[in-house]
Amino acid sequence: MAAPTQRHTAPGRTLAILAAFLVALGVWTFAGDPHTPKLGLDLRGGTQVILSPVQEPGATGTVTDDQLKQTVEIIRQRVDGLGVAESEVTTQGSGERASIIVSIPGATNQAILDSLATTAKLDFRPVLIEDNGFAAVVPSASPSVSSSVAASPSASVSAGSPSASPSASATSATPSVSPSVSASPTASASGNGARLPKSVRGTATSASPSPSASGSVKPSATPSAAPTAPITSVNGLPPIQSTANDAALQQAFTDLDCAKTGATKGGPADPNKYLVTCSKDGKVKYILDKAAVQGTEVTGASAGLSPQGAGGWEVNLTFSSTGAQQFATVTGELAKNPSPQNQFGIVLDGLVESSPYVSQAIQGGNAVISGSFTAEEAKALANVLKYGSLPVTLTVSSVEQVSPTLGQDQLTAGLLAGALGLLLVIVYLVIYYRALGLVAVASLLVAAAITYGLFVVLGRQLGFALSLAGVAGAIVAIGITADSFVVYFERIRDEIREGRSLRAAGDAGWIRARRTILAADFVSFLAAVVLYFLSVGSVRGFAFTLGLTTLVDVGVAFAFTRPLVSLLMRTAWFTSGSHWTGLSPDRLGVKREIVPSSSTRPAKES
Amino acid sequence: MSRMGTLAHNLYSGEVSYDFVGKRNRWYAISGLILILALVGLFGRGLNLGIEFKGGSQFTVPSATATVESARASVEKSGVPGADAAIVTQVGSDKIRIQTPPLTPDQSATVTRQLATDLGVSQGDIGVQLVGPSWGGEITQRAVQGLIVFLVLVVVFLSAYFEWRLAIAALVALLHDLLITIGIYALTGFEVTPATVIGVLTILGFSLYDTVVVFDKVKENTRGITSGNRATYSEAANLALNQTLVRSINTSVVALLPVASILIVGVGILGAGTLKDLALALFIGTAAGTYSSIFIATPVACQLQERRPEMKALTARVAARRASGEGKRSARKSATGSTMATAVLDTVDTDEVIDDADGVTRESLSGGAASTGPRSQPKKNTTRSQRTKKR
Repeated sequence: MAAPTQRHTAPGRTLAILAAFLVALGVWTFAGDPHTPKLGLDLRGGTQVILSPVQEPGATGTVTDDQLKQTVEIIRQRVDGLGVAESEVTTQGSGERASIIVSIPGATNQAILDSLATTAKLDFRPVLIEDNGFAAVVPSASPSVSSSVAASPSASVSAGSPSASPSASATSATPSVSPSVSASPTASASGNGARLPKSVRGTATSASPSPSASGSVKPSATPSAAPTAPITSVNGLPPIQSTANDAALQQAFTDLDCAKTGATKGGPADPNKYLVTCSKDGKVKYILDKAAVQGTEVTGASAGLSPQGAGGWEVNLTFSSTGAQQFATVTGELAKNPSPQNQFGIVLDGLVESSPYVSQAIQGGNAVISGSFTAEEAKALANVLKYGSLPVTLTVSSVEQVSPTLGQDQLTAGLLAGALGLLLVIVYLVIYYRALGLVAVASLLVAAAITYGLFVVLGRQLGFALSLAGVAGAIVAIGITADSFVVYFERIRDEIREGRSLRAAGDAGWIRARRTILAADFVSFLAAVVLYFLSVGSVRGFAFTLGLTTLVDVGVAFAFTRPLVSLLMRTAWFTSGSHWTGLSPDRLGVKREIVPSSSTRPAKES
Repeated sequence: MSRMGTLAHNLYSGEVSYDFVGKRNRWYAISGLILILALVGLFGRGLNLGIEFKGGSQFTVPSATATVESARASVEKSGVPGADAAIVTQVGSDKIRIQTPPLTPDQSATVTRQLATDLGVSQGDIGVQLVGPSWGGEITQRAVQGLIVFLVLVVVFLSAYFEWRLAIAALVALLHDLLITIGIYALTGFEVTPATVIGVLTILGFSLYDTVVVFDKVKENTRGITSGNRATYSEAANLALNQTLVRSINTSVVALLPVASILIVGVGILGAGTLKDLALALFIGTAAGTYSSIFIATPVACQLQERRPEMKALTARVAARRASGEGKRSARKSATGSTMATAVLDTVDTDEVIDDADGVTRESLSGGAASTGPRSQPKKNTTRSQRTKKR
């Protein structure tokens, strides 16, 4: 039906390109795994929590991006520990105005709330019992961590420890006194050689006038530090306090399976109590002593390359004066112990980040943790040390729990509203614009298809989730999209009223309407962008959908409606001026006699 | 249909014309009255802010058997602070909504447990929403911030696309819509939620859509108008209004249909929530937006334009021309609107010819065209069809 004329920019070609695009989008949409849009929590049920960071009272300055990152990391760890698939933690904004948005799909759960908002604390705790029995299950895992690297950076220090570890396993095997320790020897024996990848030493031992000064303080510091750190003395037998052998604690330790989901969730730990916990990676479990040094005493931490030529990464650590004394005391005590009691755990949010061993008292408040660090691990640990000690308090700003049933109801309502809205608009357009209305309906359907495809693809690729507000945005967009057609069609009618031929009107009307459509859509898009960047939660979903559909609208108007009208205008039927075209001059009330001649050529210019 | 088509045509040609611009004071008065009511409502009653803004907890219990009384009793039994201040409402046919002052997650768990036990529903089916007291302020602040940023951007864009006077007029219309919507919320006591805010902000886009459509036509009709003496700015603008009237109505109806369906479904099925809040604000705002783009935006734009010296000069020239012999025709007809409109139409046509000659300055050419007169129909049409074919 399209008798191609060379004078027009081939509308057929534009349509062909659009068709190709539609096919490509269709393939992309339905080839992937979920070929339905990813639904937001309010449509499928789940819990959304918005947390806002608040600077700890007394702390100076504002919440830095690094602190925020660290906080988010802890939250993510807790959420991952819940083991709910597709849980998400995202941030928006920065500093004090940042929001951490946690989305957990599925059935609502009170435990989720409890675990999220608590503040993470960092502390240093002597290791009492360690069990990396998992290493036996996965033998290749732990040797790879330790091996030679452990020895090289801490050469001087670790020289002692390999010799210590066999004796340690011997000593820990002997005590029949404590049933607890007898439980561990098999594990510690298997792990001993392989473990201990990290060590701690003091820095600048040569430049130690002040360290020696603090060293002299050490004896006096010991008693003061002692209550907080009842560490084992030489052989680690009796001084593991009787409470450590408490049956409940033992039972908890035995029962703890770090490989299980949820075991590495973390959470706040009382610094004045023993702690039974896992390493962050879930490979080792520990009974840890009371906190010997609080994370707040760490004044600085940084990752750097080892200056000792080995080229390994290490973490430098600085304590406040109080922290330095406490640290000197505890390391002094630890150094006397056999493995594993010569280690201390760096505990963040109840999980052991690292457990380096000590072979001598570290004076002066400067320490280096070295071992088989990669650059990233070193930086991560430095961040833990630096920001774990300045935890950002989180307040629960908003919680929204939607049951899956309600979610389903809302989805149904949204879809129904969409269908009804579409139907009403279609009926109106067809009644008012007749055949042109059908063009508009076809355009709407194309727009709907593209939008659906984009929802699916964006959901899959970028994790875009369609919320109820987003669905509403899409429905509202039906109106905006149809408005573009109304503007165009009215323009065509205007041109016909001015006495133009159908075809000329189609073209001239487009040129005028194009500007209006672009300007009006630009304003809509502007609103969407502003909304998107300045809002949180559901508003964002709405803004995103609105912006997306506005773009789709422009695309469809240019690549579908316009070429289609252009083609139709050339058909004999349209030029016949039938009442059903929606463009018959009669119907438009044009009084001038401009009934087109039989040729498709407009000949009314007289 | 054809009668409607005739009306549309007559509106377009100016044979039927309503003097929106000339009778602006009447519409200003009506708007003024509504705005005063809105302000009274806003400052007298204030807005009924949802818990998202003032902080609080909300529990939605899906139960067809539970009553407002049983739910209230259950909440009070839970013994959390503020439980006696709980607002319990029936939502739809099968849901009970309970709002309390802000609770901690622990307290909310207590309430949820109590409700689940007393009302015989599964704990997991109870929808819970907790909003901290300061978070609401944050949301409000961001909404206001977003509004201001948006308004500034819109004024900048419209100033660039049209000119600053039209941008100001559009802004006035926008604030008008905004205030009316907020006023209606205050007067009726509808709850304001984030979804309402979304709706209101979206209205801004809608309201502007209409205004842009009208202004585009105004711009077209008034192009090069100062070099002629056939119509004043206000008359040209008024014709534009009449010409786009059908379009404005159609775009508004088409925009309102989906909104109405959201409203119907939202209220009918869900009873309350995002959909209803959103659609209600949209519905009120879009209606106000259609009204203001016709009755407020263009008249205000005309007032601003008529203050310009060249427009004053034009008005004087037009008056002079009408007073002279050529004005007889219009004097005879007494209904000046139609003649003037035709005159404007001619001007428009002339402009279109000029528009075709891309790159040639408008003023100089339109002056020339005006001297030969717009009655050079054949020539004009040739040019136009040539252009059309070129594209």
